[in-house]
Amino acid sequence: MTDQSAAPDRKRRRLPQINPVWVLLAVLIAGIVYMNPGFAEPTGYMNFLKRAAPLAILAAGQVYVITSGGFDLSVGSLITLVVVGASMLTNNDPSATYWVIPLMLAMGLGVGAVNGAIVCFLRVPSLIATLGTMITLNGLAFLWSGGAPRGYLPDTFRFFGRELIRDVPLVRFIPVSVIVLIVVVGLFAWLMHRTNLGRMVHAIGDNPVAARLAGVPVNRVRISAFMLSGLSGAIAGILLGGFAGVSTDVGAGYELEAITAAVLGGAQLLGGRGSVPAALGGALALTAIFTLLNFLGLPQPVRQVVQGLILIAAVALAMHRRKRTGT
Amino acid sequence: MSAADTPAPTRAGFRFERWAPLILLAGAFAIYVIVAVATDQTQYLTLENLIAILARSIALGITAIGQTFVILVASIDLSVASLISATAVLASVVMDGSPAMILPAILAALLLGGLVGLANGLVVSGLKVNPLIATLGMSLIIQGCLSAFVSNFAGSVPPAFQVFAYGEIGMVPVALIFLALLAVTAWGVLRFTKFGSDIYAVGGNEEAARFAGIKTGRIVVASHVICSVCASIAGLYLASRLRSGAPWIGADGVYDLESIAVVVIGGTVLAGGRGGVWGTMAGMLIFSLIDSVFNIAGVDSFAKQVLRGIIIVAAVAFYAIRSKRIVA
Amino acid sequence: MTAPVIEMQGITKTFPGVRALSEVSFDVRPGEVQALVGENGAGKSTLIKILSGVYHADAGEVRMGGEPVHFAHPVESLRAGIAVIYQEFSLLPERSVAQNLFLGREPRGRFGLIDERRMHDETRKVLDLFATGGRIDPGRAVGTLDVATQQMVEIAKAVSHDARVIVMDEPTAALNDAECEELFTTVDRLRERGVAIIYITHRMREIARLADRVTVLKDGEVAARFDAVPEPGEIVHAMVGRDIADFYAPPATEAEIGDPVLTVTGGGNAHLHGIDMSVRAGEIVGLAGIQGAGRVALAMALFGQEPFETGEVTLAGERVSFRTPREAIEAGIGLLPGDRKSEGLVLMQSVRDNGMLTPRAFAPLWSSHKRTAQADLARIDELLDRMEIRAASYDQDIRALSGGNQQKAIVARWLSMRPKLLIFIEPTRGIDVNAKAGIYHLMRDLARGGAGILMISSDLPEVIGAADRILVMQEGRIAAEFPHGPTERDIMHAATGETEVAA
Repeated sequence: MTDQSAAPDRKRRRLPQINPVWVLLAVLIAGIVYMNPGFAEPTGYMNFLKRAAPLAILAAGQVYVITSGGFDLSVGSLITLVVVGASMLTNNDPSATYWVIPLMLAMGLGVGAVNGAIVCFLRVPSLIATLGTMITLNGLAFLWSGGAPRGYLPDTFRFFGRELIRDVPLVRFIPVSVIVLIVVVGLFAWLMHRTNLGRMVHAIGDNPVAARLAGVPVNRVRISAFMLSGLSGAIAGILLGGFAGVSTDVGAGYELEAITAAVLGGAQLLGGRGSVPAALGGALALTAIFTLLNFLGLPQPVRQVVQGLILIAAVALAMHRRKRTGT
Repeated sequence: MSAADTPAPTRAGFRFERWAPLILLAGAFAIYVIVAVATDQTQYLTLENLIAILARSIALGITAIGQTFVILVASIDLSVASLISATAVLASVVMDGSPAMILPAILAALLLGGLVGLANGLVVSGLKVNPLIATLGMSLIIQGCLSAFVSNFAGSVPPAFQVFAYGEIGMVPVALIFLALLAVTAWGVLRFTKFGSDIYAVGGNEEAARFAGIKTGRIVVASHVICSVCASIAGLYLASRLRSGAPWIGADGVYDLESIAVVVIGGTVLAGGRGGVWGTMAGMLIFSLIDSVFNIAGVDSFAKQVLRGIIIVAAVAFYAIRSKRIVA
Repeated sequence: MTAPVIEMQGITKTFPGVRALSEVSFDVRPGEVQALVGENGAGKSTLIKILSGVYHADAGEVRMGGEPVHFAHPVESLRAGIAVIYQEFSLLPERSVAQNLFLGREPRGRFGLIDERRMHDETRKVLDLFATGGRIDPGRAVGTLDVATQQMVEIAKAVSHDARVIVMDEPTAALNDAECEELFTTVDRLRERGVAIIYITHRMREIARLADRVTVLKDGEVAARFDAVPEPGEIVHAMVGRDIADFYAPPATEAEIGDPVLTVTGGGNAHLHGIDMSVRAGEIVGLAGIQGAGRVALAMALFGQEPFETGEVTLAGERVSFRTPREAIEAGIGLLPGDRKSEGLVLMQSVRDNGMLTPRAFAPLWSSHKRTAQADLARIDELLDRMEIRAASYDQDIRALSGGNQQKAIVARWLSMRPKLLIFIEPTRGIDVNAKAGIYHLMRDLARGGAGILMISSDLPEVIGAADRILVMQEGRIAAEFPHGPTERDIMHAATGETEVAA
């Protein structure tokens, strides 16, 4: 047998490639500014970034799981559990925030660890495993709140999602959630693209058998990926608790939005390729699409339809390009 | 891996997997009996009650039969829950209390199911989109369209159509007889037709199937159509039982995940090519027995949801843990 | 003399970067066995894939019964009467023998349902054509049959398609001696029935037993054609076509061989029994045997992938027992898998990432990916340079490299770990003939550097030429041991248990 994949289109590969998600984002932003010039003002784009922050953080976590070859569908109900749990635990006591937030972050990591362990040790495919955790966590949120969550979180807790830092030069103000966004996405991007963890996540998603035979601690890496996704869910929950308030469906649907954002950013389903900055681009693009739909006066459900179409189209396009380049 | 040079292992696993659904079923039944006796509620052990237990999982059973087809061809369908809601609402709105509209409503619901299945199948086999993503996307699209039109119970089902859910022949519910007939038909198709044989071939080894001249794409599309049509029948049944359709009934029943879990517990492998309808029926029985155990034991409905998630994962793990493959 | 049923003329096929076939002409007549021989990579598989419509020739013509044919798809060649039996069977393990035989063309009875009885009866009829076929139950699931019987089913499938031409790709690779004899009888039967058989092999014994004519391919060209079976030496000479002494690196001298790096006593698990062996520093030990003899199982046991359950293993004098490959690597073992694409490479990553994979796997997860305890990027580039890997850049995806260059990148990966023992599984499979010599010399250099090398190969000339000492496995045991330079015949005897050969 001769090797058939020797050196195809070397030339094309050498051209500097710009991820199409940035082009898409630029076009969408231009469209929004055209329809609403106020968007170019700090109030306009800062509010946009503030709204996009939870999704962008989730997408940054999701990209780890997707690059490792799996899916994490549990983050939506994890958000709900974080919001409901925080409102139960703080119980209107502003000083409780200081231990509740670390506890919620730990819970996110814990949920991720459980997801990872189910996949690694029970060998349940991540899609089924995290769908199972999704149901379970939703049930837990109901159980915890008795079905009727208290509609309150102390202002200290809501600080991260709601507050603005004023009198900032150039941009006048920065929402705290945008600072959280920059810090978290920056950290996730560093871990993914500048450390061994990132390379190992790519390797186990690309070819788990080869990775294991090369000595990669496959389970440890996979569980880490799920834990980062869980952490991103907890952070997103803390932000959402800040600006959306308490209900048992705050997180509903976020898992699919996060996957859509990651896929828009070019993350390869079933593993091997993924980028945190591009997932951020995907999250911003998706939020921009939703913003545009709002401006166009389209009803809320249309959002879902559009998201479904984008998800399928993005994957279909990626498959088409892979076939064309023979990879 | 490296199987080519490893001496053939013994085939002991074969037998186990064949009988596993029955063993599980016997176990679930034993737990049911034990709990009923232990809580001194032996009235639950009558034949009527057992039939009632069955009747509660009819929608799940119908959906799972369809899901069996797509899983056998190594695909999957996560859009069934949304489709169930959509067809239930569609049927109930079209009927709107009028017996004359029963037939058009049924046809409309089946047509919707057929179109959704066709779209799913074409996206999966034609555009090569991962079936999980394709059907999740489809689920969003259906749910979005549905909520754009209705937000509560819509339309109503005339009494004549409620017979589907409430009618009885002797002491056996009509719907149960329907489910049994559907299962027998599905079994016959898988067992005795060329189409059935092709399904196993495509799921077992797509390349071998293609080399044998089987049009694999068509088989995948056809399986998706069957799955979606089954889901729309489940939607019709639920509309009949609730006497109206609402946009949340599919999601409420978690029919997407539960139908997959039922199929897997029944011994059909997610990788395709092995399994069948009778296993799925055993899986459905196991689920309804577990549900009944919760009822007898008086488990709170939220706690039930928590346990349900755990049981689904445990059920899949029961089969998966024996494989040595690395999964993601 | 009958007219050829298949004539291939001037077949040329180029893959990106590789000329697989140039101007190959080949024909086969009804009722004859035409042996097609050549080393791995000589172009045998490509030629067959062109014949069956999997690939399309860049130039040349295929004629069947004198008429030019163009098969766009394997189904078309099958319908025209050409059946190919690959080493990887295309059978469905969950389905019955009869269902497999009639896959895609099941006989229909009433209401268009499958006529199972007829399917069974016709399967029975086909199976009864063969001496051993009578034992096979048409209703049994194929997955429960042994390899030889599955192969019988594949042949029966070809016959049931009324194939006029049957291609067998190294059909004895996984068979023991008695099973081989049965296969030969079956081939004789087919020949009597007027079927043309293209028999791919590199075993001289089978050629002598079966072939009417022999065609030898080398480097994508016809190196020789024989109208009668010649002396084995002539075939070998045509196959290799160069000075063997130069092709393989010279064996180790007494002085180069040091103390044992690895010893196994009484090693056993589900696939292996009573393994006693050693590998010394500076030595290349070849491991031969038929498919399924347990060679790879032994490698995987040493490497902790499917560990020994009994026995004792020492590495560089210390007693060890590995439960995972990671532990084995930590202790100083490296393994180059047989199937590079599915077990060796992370194809979507760069050449450099593939080289750094193992050093990074043993560094802390949160530390920089540019520098690890074993190697930094400059060091890995240096190792890749030393391997003389041809790539546009080490940032390029490894997928775009040729097989030989990919293999060298994996070697570079292991070199950075400075292993005491390196296990090569099928080191030159899928590698250009010209690149093979490079791999042999590389192994020798590694041995001279003090490592022990265990080489598993199905290519007997390779084992004989490259190894200093040869262990032959049979049914999970080590059946014989030879010093450098036994004949293929010696090894085959030991591998199939024909005669006891003293070690």
